This record gives sequence, C-alpha cells and structure tokens, in this order.
Amino acid sequence: MRTNAAPGSHPLLSVEGLKVHFPVTEGVVLPRQVGLIKAVDGVDFTIRRGETFSIVGESGCGKSTTALAILRMQDASAGRILFDGVDITALGPGAMRPWRRRMQMVFQDPFSSLNPRMKVGDILAEPLRVHGLAGDRDAARAKLDELMRLVGLLPDMAERYPHEFSGGQRQRIAIARALALEPDLVICDEPVSALDVSIRSQILNLLMELQERLGLAYLFIAHDLSVVRHISDRVAVMYLGRIVEIAERDELFSAPKHPYTQALLSAVPIPDPEAEALREEAMVRGDPPSPRNPPPGCTFHPRCAHAMDVCRTDEPVMVATGTTGRATCHLHAANDPAAARRAAV
Amino acid sequence: MTMLAAPAENADLMNRATIKGRSLWDDARRRLLANRAAMTGAVVLGLLILIALFGPLFWPHEYKTLYRDRTAIGPTLEHLHILGTDIYGRDMVARLMMGLQVSLAVGAVATLVSLVIGVAWGAIAGFAGGRVDQVMMRLVDILYAMPFIFFVILVTIVFGRSIFLIFLAIGAVEWMTMARIVRGQTLALKQKEFVEAARAAGVKPLGIVLRHIVPNLLGPVVVYVTLTMPVVILQESFLSFIGLGVNEPLTSLGRLISDGQRELSSSPWLLFGPAALMVVTLLSLNFIGDGLRDALDPKER
Repeated sequence: MRTNAAPGSHPLLSVEGLKVHFPVTEGVVLPRQVGLIKAVDGVDFTIRRGETFSIVGESGCGKSTTALAILRMQDASAGRILFDGVDITALGPGAMRPWRRRMQMVFQDPFSSLNPRMKVGDILAEPLRVHGLAGDRDAARAKLDELMRLVGLLPDMAERYPHEFSGGQRQRIAIARALALEPDLVICDEPVSALDVSIRSQILNLLMELQERLGLAYLFIAHDLSVVRHISDRVAVMYLGRIVEIAERDELFSAPKHPYTQALLSAVPIPDPEAEALREEAMVRGDPPSPRNPPPGCTFHPRCAHAMDVCRTDEPVMVATGTTGRATCHLHAANDPAAARRAAV
Repeated sequence: MTMLAAPAENADLMNRATIKGRSLWDDARRRLLANRAAMTGAVVLGLLILIALFGPLFWPHEYKTLYRDRTAIGPTLEHLHILGTDIYGRDMVARLMMGLQVSLAVGAVATLVSLVIGVAWGAIAGFAGGRVDQVMMRLVDILYAMPFIFFVILVTIVFGRSIFLIFLAIGAVEWMTMARIVRGQTLALKQKEFVEAARAAGVKPLGIVLRHIVPNLLGPVVVYVTLTMPVVILQESFLSFIGLGVNEPLTSLGRLISDGQRELSSSPWLLFGPAALMVVTLLSLNFIGDGLRDALDPKER
C-alpha cells in the first residue's frame, strides 16, 4: 500500500479562474470569428489529497471540459491550474508528461475507452511503457497481475481482448489503466452512467475501496445526484460554465442554497410513490440557454422561480452561505452582510 | 497494494480463465472461412497465381517464340496448342500465363503503392486535423480532378513506356481514394475515448497513430485493398488496350484482349481466352473482397 506524501501547505489541485472559450467561426477559406462559446467561464475550486470532489450539472454545463482542461487535453483560455502547488497551465507536451503520471482519467463509456485491437494486458502496460516504468518482462508481468487483482479481475484475463468482457469488467480494466501510473488524482468522468444499474454500486464501491487503500483523490463528474451523494466529500454545482454552489456534501444535500441546486435536488426520484406525489413540483423549466449567447445578469434567471430585478442586470458574486458552502446568488448576497466586504476584496 | 476479493461478477469466469483470448481477427477469420463464395474465390485465385508463376516453367512453348508455319491456328491438340496461336504464331497458353503474371503483378504492386501512400497520408491528415488536414486533402482534391489518361500520357511522354511506370502511374492515382477513406475513419476514431485515454497517459502523437489508429483502420483498408486490385488490373488493361501499356513481346491480359478483338471475326479464340481469364480473376478478387467486408463488418458482431 502506498502512502501519500505529507500534505504540504497547498492543496493537491487548485483551479483558479479557469476559462475555456471556443471561438465559433464561419467560412472555410477565410474563417472569421462570429461568436464565442464560453464552455467554462471562471471556475475556482481546490481538491485536497484523498478527498472526493464532485462536479454536477446538466449536460453542456462545462463539467467535462473542466476535466479536460485540468488534464491539459484542452487548452485553457484564462486562469491557472496548480497541481501540487506547481502551475501546469502552460506546460508543453514534454514538460507535461511527468505530471500525467500523477493525474489519470476514467472515462464514461467503457465500450469506447478500450482499444478493441489490443489485449487487456497491453492496454494496462501502455502507460507504464510510455513512462519507462515497465521494467523487464518479469517486473512488468508482476505489475500487471497486481493491477488486475487490485480491481478484482483475474491476472489470466490479461491475454484477452476487451470485447470478451462485460461493461462492468471493462470499467474495471479502465480503472486499472488509470491506476497503473499510481496517480494522486483520478478524474472520473461519469464513470458509472454507461453501466447497468446493477453494476453501478459495484464500481462505486470499488472506487471507494481503492481510494481508501491508495489514498487517491477523485474529481468525480456526474449528473446522477444519488451517485454523487454516495461517494462525495464536497460537491460543486455547475451551470452554464460556472460554479453556482459549492459545499460539503451533507450541507449541500440537506440545505441547498442556490435555487438551481434546490431544483436539481427536487428532481431526484424518490423511491416511494406517495412521497413522490406529495413533494413540490420541480422548479426548473425549459432548457439551459445557449452558452454562445448567455442571458445578462445571473445566467440562471430565466429559469429561476425566485428571479428578482437585480438578477436580470447584475452578475451575482460568490458569497458564503453556511458553515462550508458558498453560492453565487443574489438571494443570499442580500441576506449576507459579509457579501459586500467579500466582493470588495 | 493488496489484493481485493474478486467480486461475484467474475465468478463464472474463474473456471475458464485460462482460455486464450479470441481477437476480433480470429472472429473475422472464422466468418471468412464459412463464406463459400469468398473461399471459392480464394482457391481459384490461388490456383491462378500458381499457374501464372510456375506454369511457364512446365509449358513446352515460350510466350515469345514465333512459330511462323503455324500462325493463327485454332485450338488443337497438335503441338499442344490447346488454345491456339496468335497471328504471329505464338502459343496462346504461354501468352496467357505471361499476361496473367503481368496483370497480377501490376495489381499487387500498384495496390501496395496506393496502400502505403494512402494510409500514411489519410491517417496523418485525419489525426493532425485543422490546417494540415485542409492542405493535405485539398491537394488530394486537386490531383483527383486531373484526368487519369492525361496524367499517364504525360508520364509516358516524359519517362518513356515501361512496366514500372504503369505500377507508378496507377498507384499514384489510386492512393487518393484510400487516403480519403482512411482520413474519414481516422476522424471517427480520433473521437474515441481510448485515444483520449492514450493522450492522457502521455502517448506521443506518432505512437497514437501507430498503436491506436492504424490497427483499427485495418478492417476497412483490407477490404478496400481487395476491391482495388481488380480496379487496378482493369486500368492496366485499359492502358494496354489503348496502346499505352506494356511493350511487346511482354503482354498483359488487357493487351491480349486488345489484340484479340482485332481478329475477332477470323480468330475468335484470341479474344475469348484472355477475356474469360480476366473475368475469372476479377470475380475471384471481388468475391474475396466482399467476403472480407462481411467478415470484418463490426455491425455483424
């Protein structure tokens, strides 16, 4: 079992003012920019060693783009990404390579994330080979066996091809691949949403067990709130490229502050028809607006049940809303006397 | 790291865990072997290749020997001219074997040329994307617009006529379709999460193309190769037919057909022999290509 490095003064991952903007161009011969999609538009958060930090939100809110930007597979337009206190935002491919060892990714669809022409053993060995860690044949074989066992697969299965495995087994292989380099941070982009419901809890429990044994930190991206509630330490809610609320799990689920969070939580199905019938109607109507042309003021105001005049004109700032939580909402800015001071700083 | 208990999900796999993995290629091979038309095609083509390569060693007549006293005689057992002789008195069986050899060689080499250039070009353009892709594929569009015959005539004028030139000219035209197919496939594959995973692991671009893109391209490429060979053979025949092909006394199926059609009224066997051989060759190749396409089609899985 691997122990984590002693926590320094800085968090494992720190994202500061991250923006990812995509230009919209027209014309093939002489492309000209006709718009800007603000997929991620000013996101701040930190991830501590060994914790699970979740990002939830509707599809298109920028959660996956945030993940890709952290892995430097998508260039940031602005902001900084600090890994273990080091700014990796502008590193070139060569300089980035050692950092890739420390953060790995588990993808959503295990049917597309494993190369169908490679044996499982080769898939798992590839990261090791790339980083010159494979060693001689015996060492590589031992490492492979260890990885397979770690995720609950038999070492003999390394000789097989991905199409011979079930969805749950394939996701185990994908997790083993992410763990091959012994990373500190694993980004899980909807790791269970492509799986059968019956397999989901197995994979979630595997992830939690692995976290305990290996001291991993997870950045967990999901839209399924019951999954998030099960696995997270802290949760951020994203809407249209921004974090609208961020809090410790229990606080967020027991006392959501932002109207959007409240609406999301009210949309979670309750496995009891009578209770389901009694509860308030969901408060979110319609689709999220286009990130190419977001509404002025608070971007959530067209769908918000509590929208006020100020919401249509002024962008809300992030204010403390509870013991651990923060939210960007004018409702709480009015209630919180500290907001003005915080905004000034 | 310590071992975790194997979950129940794997219990049924425990017993047969030592079974060796069956790759997608193994599956495809089984399906191909079960395809009767494709297997017949393969056997016939194999026989034709053997005859083309080794037949001349055992046949009593040489393809360039002129029997001046036996010009344009029909099929006869006398002197073993079982398919007759041409107007110069050359044995047709010997000429057919030579023609088949040249046609198959042109088909194989030109296809290989188009395969290598096309796969490299298409994979690089598709994977690089953006401006590189634009420039590379516009170049293909421009070359595509050039008339094939015009191109060949030009090449012939500049370099003179030779069999090597035919390989080159046909290969230089055929690779463009291959490049387009490969580029399209690459664009689709590039979006796959296993390519993202490789990038996240730090695999270099060339490694991704060689280890992840190209192996997954092979299915459609193999199919296209087998369907390209008959096209190439036909193109060579066409060039020979209009007199831009191989030089006498060397011959090819197209050249034999061209010569034969001139004597159609007086000596029809000069046309029917090479025409039948051509049809059989092309049919076998097409059957193999169709069989491969069915065998490698992922939708069947």
